[in-house]
Amino acid sequence: MDILYKIFIDPFMQMGGAPDLLVQTLWEGLVAGMLYALIALGFVLIFKASGVFNFAQGIMVVFAALTLVGVYDLLRGAGVPSGWLAAYLALAIALGVMGILAFAVERVVLRPLVNQPDIILFMATFGLTYFLIGFGEFVFGGNPKRMIAGELNLPSGAVEFKMAGGFVAMQKIDIAAVLIVSVMVAGLSFFFQRTRIGRALRAVADSHKAALSVGISLEQIWVVVWFAAGIVALTTGIMWGARSEVSFSLQIIALKALPVLILGGFTSIPGAIVGGLIIGIGEKLGEFYWGPLLGSGIESWLAYFIALLFLLFRPQGLFGEKIIERI
Amino acid sequence: MLYREAGQFKTNYVDDQAVFPIRQDRIGIAVILAVAFVGIPLFGSDFFISAVMVPLLVFSLAAIGLNILTGYTGLLSLGTGGFMGVGAFACYKLTTIFPDVNIIIWILVSGFFSCGIGILFGLPSLRIKGFYLAVATLSAQFFLDWAFVRIPWLVNNNTSGAIEVPSRYLFGMPITGPMAQPEVRYLVVLSIVALLTLIASNLVHGRIGRSWMAVRDMDLAAELIGIRLYRTKLLAFAVSSYYCGVAGALMVFLWYGSAEPAVFGIDQSFFILFMVIIGGLGSLVGSFFGAALIYGMPIILKAIVGLVGLQISPATVEHLTFMAVGGLIILFLIIEPAGLARLWQVGKQKLRVWPFPY
Repeated sequence: MDILYKIFIDPFMQMGGAPDLLVQTLWEGLVAGMLYALIALGFVLIFKASGVFNFAQGIMVVFAALTLVGVYDLLRGAGVPSGWLAAYLALAIALGVMGILAFAVERVVLRPLVNQPDIILFMATFGLTYFLIGFGEFVFGGNPKRMIAGELNLPSGAVEFKMAGGFVAMQKIDIAAVLIVSVMVAGLSFFFQRTRIGRALRAVADSHKAALSVGISLEQIWVVVWFAAGIVALTTGIMWGARSEVSFSLQIIALKALPVLILGGFTSIPGAIVGGLIIGIGEKLGEFYWGPLLGSGIESWLAYFIALLFLLFRPQGLFGEKIIERI
Repeated sequence: MLYREAGQFKTNYVDDQAVFPIRQDRIGIAVILAVAFVGIPLFGSDFFISAVMVPLLVFSLAAIGLNILTGYTGLLSLGTGGFMGVGAFACYKLTTIFPDVNIIIWILVSGFFSCGIGILFGLPSLRIKGFYLAVATLSAQFFLDWAFVRIPWLVNNNTSGAIEVPSRYLFGMPITGPMAQPEVRYLVVLSIVALLTLIASNLVHGRIGRSWMAVRDMDLAAELIGIRLYRTKLLAFAVSSYYCGVAGALMVFLWYGSAEPAVFGIDQSFFILFMVIIGGLGSLVGSFFGAALIYGMPIILKAIVGLVGLQISPATVEHLTFMAVGGLIILFLIIEPAGLARLWQVGKQKLRVWPFPY
C-alpha cells in the first residue's frame, strides 16, 4: 500500500502543496522540450525530403556551434576589434560552413547511395558522424568552449516572478530560446507552405518519382534540406551551448531527441514540436516527482518509455503519416 | 582453376543441400579451423592472441547475434550492448552464487537471461516497424544501462561498481581470472564461437531461417502464406539476444577480466551494428569479416601512423582515426552497399569461371 501511495498520491500532494515548484518544473520541462523539438525538427526536415534517418544531426549541432565559437576566436585573434562584429561575422561564416557541409554531403554521400535501402543510408550518416567528430576535434580541438552568447546579444541572468505563494525563476536565455524557436518554426512552416522551393520540397516528400517527373531537381532539394537542417543545428547549438558549454558531450542530445521523434512521427513538423513538449515536460516531472522512488537518473530512459507507450497505440507516432502497406 | 566444382556430382538431396556443397569450400573451412585451433595457439604471440583474436571472435559472435535479428529478420535493433550486458551480469551472478558449477556452463546459460530480456523488449516489434522499432530498442539499451549502474546487487555490492571476474578452472587449468593463459582463453572462446556459429548456420539454412527471411522481405506477405509473425519475430529476438548475451559473457570473462557497466553502452551497440552492415546483412561469414574490419581498422590505422613515424600528438592521431573510420565506412557503403560478404561472393564467382570473364 505504501508504495502505491508513493506512486499515485504523494507526487500529486507535493504538486498541490508547492505550486511554485510545479510551475518551475513545468517551465524547465518546456524549455528542455523546445530544445528537443528543435533537434527533432532537424531530423524531420531531412527524413521528409529524402527518407534518410540522419543520425548525424546531433553532431551537426556540435559541429555548427564549434565552428561558430572557433571562428570567433580566430577573428578576435586576427584583430577584429569589437566582440559583436566578430560574433556576427562568425555567425555568417558558420552558416556558410553549414551550407558547404550540406553541399558536400549531397555530393559525396547521398548521390552515390541513391536508391539504396534505408538502413544503408542510415549507416552512411553514422560514417558522417564519425567523420565530423574527428574533423571538428582536429580543427577546433576537443576541449570544451564557452558559447559567445553575450557577444551575440543574447540576454543573460534570470527574472523572478512572484507566483502561487513562491518564486519562479526563469533564465532570460531560456525565454529567448523559446521565442527564437517559435519564430523559427513559424518561419519554416511559412517556407514549406508558401514558397516555391517549399512546395517542391513537399512534393519530393510525397514521392521522389513523381517529383522528378514534373521537373524538380532532387539534388537541389537535398542540398536545401540539409542546409535547413544545418541552420536548425546552428540555432540549437547556440541555445544549448549558452546553457552549458560547447563540447562533444553535447552530441548525446541527439539521442534525447529520438523519443521526441518517434512520439511525434518522423514526418511531421508539428509532431516534433508537440512531441518535444510532451517529452520535455514528462521527463522533468517524472524525474522531479517520481525519480526519488527509483533512484535518480531515470531521465535517461523515461523519455523512451513514454514514447514507447504512445507508439503501442499509434505505431507511426502521434502525427506521422499513416503507414499503408500493400502486397 | 583450383576452385571449380566441375566433376563433383550430387547423387542425393542431402549432399545437394549441404552448407558447403563444393569440395574446395569444405577443404577451405577445414584448413581455417585447423589454423584457428592448432596453428594460432602454437605460433601466435600472446599479444596477438589476447588482443586481436579473442576480441575478434567475441565481436563476431555478437555480430552474428545482431545479424540474425537485423540481417535475417529485418528488425533493426540498437540494443545489442544492453543485451550483451545482461549476459555478462547474469554470468557473474550465477558464478558467484554457484561457484562449483563449471564456468562454461554458466556462460552458455547466461545467454538465456538476455534471451528473456530480449523477448520482453521484442514485444513492441509486433506493432512497430522500421526506424520506429530501432528507436524503441534504444529504450532497452538505456534502461539496461541505467539498471547496470543503479542496481548494486548485480555486482554483489562492489564498491567499484564493476564486474571483477573470479578465477574459475577447467580440468585444473584456470580459464578465467588473472592467472588464465591467453592460449587457454582463446581456445575456450574459439570452441564456443565455433559451436554457436554451427548452430546459427543450421538455423538460418532451415525452416526457421526461411521464415525469418520471409518476414524480412515482407512481413505482411509472410503472414499471408501462413508464417506466424509474432512467433517468428520473437524467436529472432530470443536467438539474437542469446548470442549477444553469450558474447557479452565471453567478453567480460575471457577478454576484459573486469568490466564497468559503461562497456555495454550505446557505443557498443553502434559498433556491432557497423560490423553487421559493413560485413553484410544476412550473412554469417559477413559477420566475421565485419568484425575483423571494424575492430581491426583503428588498430591498423594507428600502426600505419606509427610506421610512418610522423611527429603528431596522440590526440591528433585519435582525431584522424575518427575521420578515417568515418570516411572508410562511407567509402565501403558506396563501393559495396551489400557488404564484404557480397565482395566475397563475387570473388568466388570470378574464381569459378576463371579465366573467362563470365
